[in-house]
Amino acid sequence: MSQPFYVSPEQLMKDRAEFARKGIARGRSVVVLRYDEGIVLIAENPSSTLHKIAEIYDRIGFAAVGKYNEFETLRQAGVRYADLRGYSYDRADVTARGLTNAYAQTLAGVFTTESKPFEVEIVVAELGVTAAGDRLYRLSYDGSVADENEHVAIGGQADAISTQLSGVHTADRPLPAVFALGVRALSPADGAPIPVTSIEAAVLDRTTGSHRTFRRLDDTAMAELLALAAGTDAQPGTDAQPGSTQPPAEDAQ
Amino acid sequence: MTPGFDPAYLSSTTNSFIAFARATAPEVLPFGESGAQLPAPQVPEGTTIVSFKTATGVLMAGDRRATIGNVIASHTIEKVHAADSTSVIGIAGTAGLALELIRLFQLELEHYEKIEGTPLSLVGKANRLASMLRANLGLAMQGLAVVPLFAGVEPGADHGRIFSFDVTGGKYEEVNFHSIGSGSGFARGALKKLWSPDLDSPAAIRVAVEALIDAADDDSATGGPDFMRQVAPVVHLVDAAGTRQVPQSEVLDIATAVVATRAEGERA
Repeated sequence: MSQPFYVSPEQLMKDRAEFARKGIARGRSVVVLRYDEGIVLIAENPSSTLHKIAEIYDRIGFAAVGKYNEFETLRQAGVRYADLRGYSYDRADVTARGLTNAYAQTLAGVFTTESKPFEVEIVVAELGVTAAGDRLYRLSYDGSVADENEHVAIGGQADAISTQLSGVHTADRPLPAVFALGVRALSPADGAPIPVTSIEAAVLDRTTGSHRTFRRLDDTAMAELLALAAGTDAQPGTDAQPGSTQPPAEDAQ
Repeated sequence: MTPGFDPAYLSSTTNSFIAFARATAPEVLPFGESGAQLPAPQVPEGTTIVSFKTATGVLMAGDRRATIGNVIASHTIEKVHAADSTSVIGIAGTAGLALELIRLFQLELEHYEKIEGTPLSLVGKANRLASMLRANLGLAMQGLAVVPLFAGVEPGADHGRIFSFDVTGGKYEEVNFHSIGSGSGFARGALKKLWSPDLDSPAAIRVAVEALIDAADDDSATGGPDFMRQVAPVVHLVDAAGTRQVPQSEVLDIATAVVATRAEGERA
């Protein structure tokens, strides 16, 4: 006679969170930063076809880390949600907040009811008409949402990157400087910066004339940005904190 | 049901917006039942569209008039739109359905591009459009027909391609130029004399304006350049760099020159 043995809900959630966090920690990081005329999304990603960064809608970008099939499912759901809403009402009626809520509910639902949580972290970035309207939402595997101000990092080294970037203001600086800052933050603290061939990057660009503001940066464009940033004098803010401090092991949920 | 995405959003495998919407929210799509055998109501109709190949790509232009019977319903309707960054679409026929079809087609291309991460090929786009027309056949048989003209430049190619369609979804690739709508006969007559394979942008815009003025001259449902309202035909150019709408002022200037030339020689 078998009796299902009891696991306290507390323990169950803890185990699931642990499982998801381990999966995410294996992956490379993504960092999303605001700059003066838009938002730049940067990922360390050797593949040029399996994207971690994508366009959801006219002014909404998506970045994810974790299991590819899981965040790809979420990305496609987001595109369907946005396109259906935009077609039923108007393009202006698609907002990152609505999309983020749908993601949060879905992630929370999977976290508590499915046999395995999604091993993903997501950033939903929305480009405002003016800089004041820019929004960065960070979503965790359990559906928790955080509203970030100027930059946000997800993935294995997220805490280290956040520590390195804490106190750095990017929202009033031009794209080359902010891009170089993002690449520097993703690179190992004491090693060479990641080569552009291993970087996937895209911008939501406020200055574009088209209704679609999302634009991928190819290797040439990224190299040019880095050259431009190196050309102007080293920014005082970037090397104030070399990012050597180790993050605390705990991760607030 | 748990809140968040409906399961269909997460499990769907289609890259077509229409297929997805049909499964989850069919009420938003324009393709209704052909319904009761009622006579088609009197609704606005759009008219003449011309398209031809240029030296570097393709041009498409349309007049700005919509009519209900013998009444002008609109002086400013735009019947030619960029379908995406490398192709254009113009539609003649029932204006309401035509504009909705354009909106849906634009979204269909964008949706595919976002889901798949790469755009459809030019012929793939034309085939998608053909299948959308087939879905509208019920309404077409009631008299609410729409007939599009589709043109574009395949990325990497140095020449344009033009596709015409019929209401049943038949797709036909045109060789050099084509026109659709009630004034199309007159416009095509003009194109036969004025078109040449190596037209640069200003020359091409002029040929398009000449063809549309000819159509407007003899077809009451086609509007000519409207100097009183400063409304000119909509002209789109596509080349390797992408689609570009020619500014109204530029088209009006060319139209002014064409009208002056014709008045001078008393050719009207």
